[in-house]
Amino acid sequence: MLSVIRTIWNVFLHSFRRRVTIQYPDEKPYLTPRTRGRIVLSRDPDGGERCVACYLCAAVCPVDCIALQATEDEHGRRYPEFFRINFSRCIFCGLCEDACPTYAIQLTPDFEMSEYNRQNLVYEKEDLLINGPGKYPGYNFWRVSGVQISGKDKGEGENEAPPTDVYRLTP
Amino acid sequence: MTTPHPIASIVGVLIVALSLSAFLIWVERRLLALWQDRYGPNRVGPFGLLQVLADMIKIFTKEDWIPPFADKPVFVIAPAIIMITVLMSFAVLPVAPGILVSDLNIGLLFFLGMSSLGVYSIVFAGWASGNKYSLLGGLRAAAQMISYEVFMGLSLMGVVLLAGTFDLTTIVEAQRGLWYVIPQFLGFVLFLIAGVAEARRLPFDLPEAEAELVAGFHSEYSGMKFGMFFVGEYLGITLISSMIAVLFLGGWNGPWLPPLVWFLIKVFAFLCFFILLRASLPRMRFDQLMSLGWKVMFPLALANLLVTGAIVLAKK
Repeated sequence: MLSVIRTIWNVFLHSFRRRVTIQYPDEKPYLTPRTRGRIVLSRDPDGGERCVACYLCAAVCPVDCIALQATEDEHGRRYPEFFRINFSRCIFCGLCEDACPTYAIQLTPDFEMSEYNRQNLVYEKEDLLINGPGKYPGYNFWRVSGVQISGKDKGEGENEAPPTDVYRLTP
Repeated sequence: MTTPHPIASIVGVLIVALSLSAFLIWVERRLLALWQDRYGPNRVGPFGLLQVLADMIKIFTKEDWIPPFADKPVFVIAPAIIMITVLMSFAVLPVAPGILVSDLNIGLLFFLGMSSLGVYSIVFAGWASGNKYSLLGGLRAAAQMISYEVFMGLSLMGVVLLAGTFDLTTIVEAQRGLWYVIPQFLGFVLFLIAGVAEARRLPFDLPEAEAELVAGFHSEYSGMKFGMFFVGEYLGITLISSMIAVLFLGGWNGPWLPPLVWFLIKVFAFLCFFILLRASLPRMRFDQLMSLGWKVMFPLALANLLVTGAIVLAKK
């Protein structure tokens, strides 16, 4: 009997508590910088596309929402001919970001992507590409990698050792 | 004292009671939210007040479906009964001096009789739905309301003994000096508990019991028939709160403020208390409900009646 009255009193005391609801469209919730939201494709500090169309993100994607086609430009750089993410399928798991060898694909804390038309959730490359380098400001894949492109031979990358002469016996 | 025309009183009471019960839906949702550290409906209109209107538009435009296995005439008449009986009880309710539809000299008995008739609505609804869960809800309602009615009436007899009348207006005027909640505290508590059970509110809402019986007696109801049960329930709470205010808290009596305001304050406080009960207490088991009614409340009510009677006799 006493416990019943105490329960009623304790519930009544909740009148003076702060309400936990965040009234979302009016008050924005705080999102950590690593929140996994809308996916973007970032660019080099020089402005070139980072994506080398290696298909790793499309392969790792558990819901198969990434589609792309690799091609090569006149400098021998691989890049995606098209890059398509179907956000109505995407579960924002972030595996594509983990898989990406060039930091091209990144998840941002933006989650407000509502659309009236489902077709509008299919983002093409021009929708995904941003103008900046995203979370990795100084990184340029083509400058540090050992891949040969026009204007940069093997061994000419930053911190890259000269290529081993496979015909010599000495180490 | 000038009394307004009876038709005016009837229309006034009807409009106020019905709009109040609609408004109560909003009050209940906001208060439950407050006690659960939420906001509740606050989007439609100022403070979400127009939510009631939106809900009403929705419920009026819903399909009114009568299941083919239902007993049609009884199914249709059941929601009407609860509305009629509860609204009839409002007729004898003395709101403020002069604001009263009918000054019956057996007003209290009329109220008890009408609330007993209200059981039929639920039993009929449970039976006519042709659904085992509804039937169980109806059976529970019958058992619960009959057993709680017994000591509901008995708990009021103390007040009747003190005031010497069944006339609600006279009872209110007899409380000018001292509210009956003080000499009749036990009766007040018993009536409060019985009132919650009569209104089928939360610690005693076994006829509905969403967790076990889908929605109990109104599982099969939809559209405005369901709405009538809903409004009937809220009208029932309002009625019980008003009755507590009239019988134990001196009705419109109170210093400084006008009588009507005092009455509304008291009724509103009890409405909030009913909602607080819903926010805090879990539903009882049915055997607990029955043994509480018959083994605890009933003897207490009898003892209260005996002691009050003895004191009244000794004072003579």
